[in-house]
Amino acid sequence: MKLPEQMKRLGVIVGLFLVVVITRFFLLPESWISARPHQAAKVVREMAKPVHYAGMMTCRQCHQEEFDAKLAGYHRTIGCENCHGPAAAHVANKDDKAATPPKHREREFCLGCHGYLSSRPNGFPQVDGQAHNKGKRCVSCHDPHDPKPDEAPKDCGGCHGLIARTKAVSTHSQLPCTDCHQVPELHTTDPRSHLPTKPETREACARCHDTASTDPAAAKARVDSASHGRTYACWECHYAHLPEGPK
Amino acid sequence: MNKREFLKGAIFFFPAAGVLEALNCSAAGNALSASATAGYDPTNHWYGMGVDVDRCIGCNRCVEACKIENNVPEEPFFFRTWIERYQIHADGEVKVECISTKTPEERLAMQNEPLDPSVVRTFFVPKLCNQCAHPPCVQVCPVGATFQTKDGVVLVNEKTCIGCRYCIQACPYGARFLNPTTRTADKCTFCYHRVTQGLLPACVEVCPTEARIFGDLKSKADRLVSFQRDNKIGVLKPDLNTEPKALYANLDGEVR
Repeated sequence: MKLPEQMKRLGVIVGLFLVVVITRFFLLPESWISARPHQAAKVVREMAKPVHYAGMMTCRQCHQEEFDAKLAGYHRTIGCENCHGPAAAHVANKDDKAATPPKHREREFCLGCHGYLSSRPNGFPQVDGQAHNKGKRCVSCHDPHDPKPDEAPKDCGGCHGLIARTKAVSTHSQLPCTDCHQVPELHTTDPRSHLPTKPETREACARCHDTASTDPAAAKARVDSASHGRTYACWECHYAHLPEGPK
Repeated sequence: MNKREFLKGAIFFFPAAGVLEALNCSAAGNALSASATAGYDPTNHWYGMGVDVDRCIGCNRCVEACKIENNVPEEPFFFRTWIERYQIHADGEVKVECISTKTPEERLAMQNEPLDPSVVRTFFVPKLCNQCAHPPCVQVCPVGATFQTKDGVVLVNEKTCIGCRYCIQACPYGARFLNPTTRTADKCTFCYHRVTQGLLPACVEVCPTEARIFGDLKSKADRLVSFQRDNKIGVLKPDLNTEPKALYANLDGEVR
């Protein structure tokens, strides 16, 4: 049987099409067509990467004593490798002196977290690195695994740095914190369980700022406390630590 | 060899090469995945990170740990995670600086800056890849080198990345950079090699104040799920519908 010329040409086209389809779907490997096998291989490579930080539960297996001391103190949330650096090499070979995690004893290391910075959260213990026992190593008074103030902080600025510094440049700079806050003795050692008081009534401010007051220090800022500012408490508008407001 | 012989040879050569390559690939892939991924099912997890802005003290330890753990280049402008310091002034001016680009000495010197009474709020914000559920970087990659794993982590395949930087442009959070060693895009992986072994990411491991919480959003009992319950949560640039998995507690409206 002789096929017509047009059928032969059609046959060639269909044949070419089949070759392309078979090559694409059956002969070429998936890695030539799709990114998926490459991505799967990447996940495997990623999971096989070496670990440098062993994790504090690994440290605990040998250093239980330090771990327990830390767990009972203010540094309980800090992982061992925060200060001592990555320890996986030390875990793998504890006799390797080169891999022994360092013990930081220099003052600057502690000040990296505990030096005063206005952006640090309120209540986070901070010291003024220029004023607080300058030149002395922190570890000579404070045990890093169970840090305690060597004595109760003498002033509130030890933890409430931003407030202390703001107040110091304000018209309230001469007022001691205890004028407005009663501080329980235990607040210095167990701060969150024994909170200081805060003023609750307008009378606390009216003592100095009412027109009836005779305190010379507040002479420029006197109002009639009965009518001034509707029923709001004074500190709802005036920031007591910077009463003249931001400049 | 004449033309006819060449074409005849080619008909067999190319498909045969393909078959061999396929066999080679699947054999190598199977061997690797059997050893490295044993006992880990990515479909059971959906990872996220919680960041409590009110707890960050700006110590930069997470940035240092990240660089060590992931071999991030030392130069102070390549970061997988970094810390920003926000200072919001009474007149509405917002000053943002990256404290991670500073040297340790410069960071210590910040402590001696005089108090600026015009600052009404100031705080640190840790930043990292938000590991978006709908990642723009994955959409724009022309070669499929960046992709999302089944447990929700966006990875970059450095073997197929062509270094076109398109993903760096597409990321609304500035979380990507071009690694100068590999000349490919690089980013936070949530320490994928650690979390798949049950370890915490390096930044979370060293964070001294628990400002960073890592967890699995698919788990019923998890610190991150509890973190979501206990805090008012915000995400960065929610209007872009990227659905970030970096969940920020106590996030200020000025943070971008």
